[in-house]
Amino acid sequence: MSSDINTIHPLETEGARLSIKKPALRYDRQGDMSDGQRVEAAMRTFVREFGATSAIYLESCIHCGMCAEACHYYVQTNDPRYTPVRKLEPFKQAYKREAGPFAFFYRLFNLKPRVTADELQKWQELIYDSCTMCGRCTLICPMGIDIARLVGQARHGMFQAGLVPHELWAVAERAEREGSPLGATPKVFKDRIDWLSDENAVEIPVDRDVADILVTMSSIEIMKYPQAIVATARVLNALGEKWTIRLDGYEATNFGMLSGNSQWQKDLSMKMINAAVRCKAKLLILPECGHAYGAMRWDGANVYGKPLPFEVLHISEFLARNLGNGRLKVRNVPKSVTFHDPCQIARRGGATQAPRQVLGKLGVDLHEMTPSGDGNWCCGGGGGVVTIHRADELRYKVFQIKMKQVDDSGAEMLVMSCSNCRQTFDDGQAHFKWDKTAHSLLELVADNLVQ
Amino acid sequence: MNLLDFARGAVMKWSIAIFLFGMLWRLFGMLLLRRTHDYSEPRVHAAGLGALRSIIRRSWPRREFQARTAYGVTVSYVFHIGLAIIVFGFVPHILFIRNLVGVGWSGLPGGIIYFCAVITLVALVMAIVRRLTHPVLKLLSNFDDYFSWFVTAAPVVTGLLAAGHYGGRYEDLLAVHILSFELLLIWFPFGKLMHSVLLFLARGQTGAVYGRRGAST
Repeated sequence: MSSDINTIHPLETEGARLSIKKPALRYDRQGDMSDGQRVEAAMRTFVREFGATSAIYLESCIHCGMCAEACHYYVQTNDPRYTPVRKLEPFKQAYKREAGPFAFFYRLFNLKPRVTADELQKWQELIYDSCTMCGRCTLICPMGIDIARLVGQARHGMFQAGLVPHELWAVAERAEREGSPLGATPKVFKDRIDWLSDENAVEIPVDRDVADILVTMSSIEIMKYPQAIVATARVLNALGEKWTIRLDGYEATNFGMLSGNSQWQKDLSMKMINAAVRCKAKLLILPECGHAYGAMRWDGANVYGKPLPFEVLHISEFLARNLGNGRLKVRNVPKSVTFHDPCQIARRGGATQAPRQVLGKLGVDLHEMTPSGDGNWCCGGGGGVVTIHRADELRYKVFQIKMKQVDDSGAEMLVMSCSNCRQTFDDGQAHFKWDKTAHSLLELVADNLVQ
Repeated sequence: MNLLDFARGAVMKWSIAIFLFGMLWRLFGMLLLRRTHDYSEPRVHAAGLGALRSIIRRSWPRREFQARTAYGVTVSYVFHIGLAIIVFGFVPHILFIRNLVGVGWSGLPGGIIYFCAVITLVALVMAIVRRLTHPVLKLLSNFDDYFSWFVTAAPVVTGLLAAGHYGGRYEDLLAVHILSFELLLIWFPFGKLMHSVLLFLARGQTGAVYGRRGAST
């Protein structure tokens, strides 16, 4: 992997959303491999990862097409190519040919032809650009097939084949090498903490040897919404917690997971796990980031290979717990609010009620979107899609569903608990010159703390 | 040996054998693949309940999806219920099942069965027309979809012809009906008809995963 990526592909940190600067040329192939080697690598990875769970899913599809009706890409375009389960077609083909119960017959009679490099190349758009792995398709499937999970597995194959959208590959590579996908290196982060600490007169402990709570951040927050760091510090200081940020494990975003590199996913998660173990933390708090929640709360222990020796909470769960038990007190916010549920925290993470409990304690007039909670529409920026420039037009199309949902709610204020959703909303707001601004749930709490 | 004896004898034995062996082969082929252990701390210690809930709940789309799926769901329900009534309510079918497994029950009047068969056939035709015309279904469909439809519809058509004595000698019509059912049995383990078994596994495992996360199943 190249190491001159900083000069070849500098970061774009001034815009409404963070990515790398738009490349003049598209490099949607990584590495020097022949077409045959790419197909071989993709299929080998996909088949190797195949277990009973995925096999049951791929065997179960009845081609009813209902998943299309849940997918924002199909609903907004009426283009059948975006039917979620079809996005898995080359991988389903590989499974039937290589790993399924009748693989022998499929090969013998060539009932499922070999997948070609050209097909995989074409499928890149379907596996990455037009799937946020939001899991609405999983929720509608009458067979209960977890299509979003299978797309995640397909990405593993695509990564090994060197067929990842360029921007997503570049930020993932940067995360693996620098520790952060968006330039929030330990030095940059430390500088930011010092500046924020002085500017806001708030104590932000760094690199404590022993702490009860390890706080992690998203690089989107560090680089674009640094007030999240201040807000987290204010909340934890108000509670009198013994907490720390550690420069050896702070980055919660996991572009290894989003791009499809399992090893990088593990490397990124292990940094936080090791940091928490080193400082003997009892609790690891995850920031306002959707996929970070999935990567650590639900995949962290599996990456670790045993149960984690500490509890993992999303910041909204932590706030709900401490507002619920009365340790944290907030002023009433006399406003009508609508809440955007981040897919990986609510639908796929199960922490759907926590933000509502927090909003309840803030005394806001909650106007739920239709639908909301686990059935909510994705913002269109998840799964790494917001970083992919060529997906912009499609992303703006699906974002219009969100705009309508928010407008129809009639609420004065839009709140969410995911900084990736927030930057997708900011970008959409700028693109459509929309009058709604996305706010952070954490910052809303911190701004209204009763000391 | 006439056609009816042939259908009732050797073909029946072989088709049941292929059906059973194929089912077991396909199920074990999947289930014997490795399973990874989930070490994450569950939010709710009720994976089994989640599985059960999902198996039941996925029989009907959630409220937010109902409007966009109403047509497909209704047509599917009609032919699934229709097929169940025909298979388990028609007296000759019950006798066949009793001979095979030793358990029987009382049947429904023939008139009701014929009515159900016609409704089922209409729903099956609506389903295939939709598959042939809907852009998403057209794109997704393969040989399995069309052949599975054929082997499902064929026994209904041949059964109606046999019951009404249309198009030939009763014995021949009955033989064709039995043969069409045997074709269904033979195809069953290899195509999408297996969903009648797989739905419990697929729904169950998703329900277990998301149940322990405390998410919607």
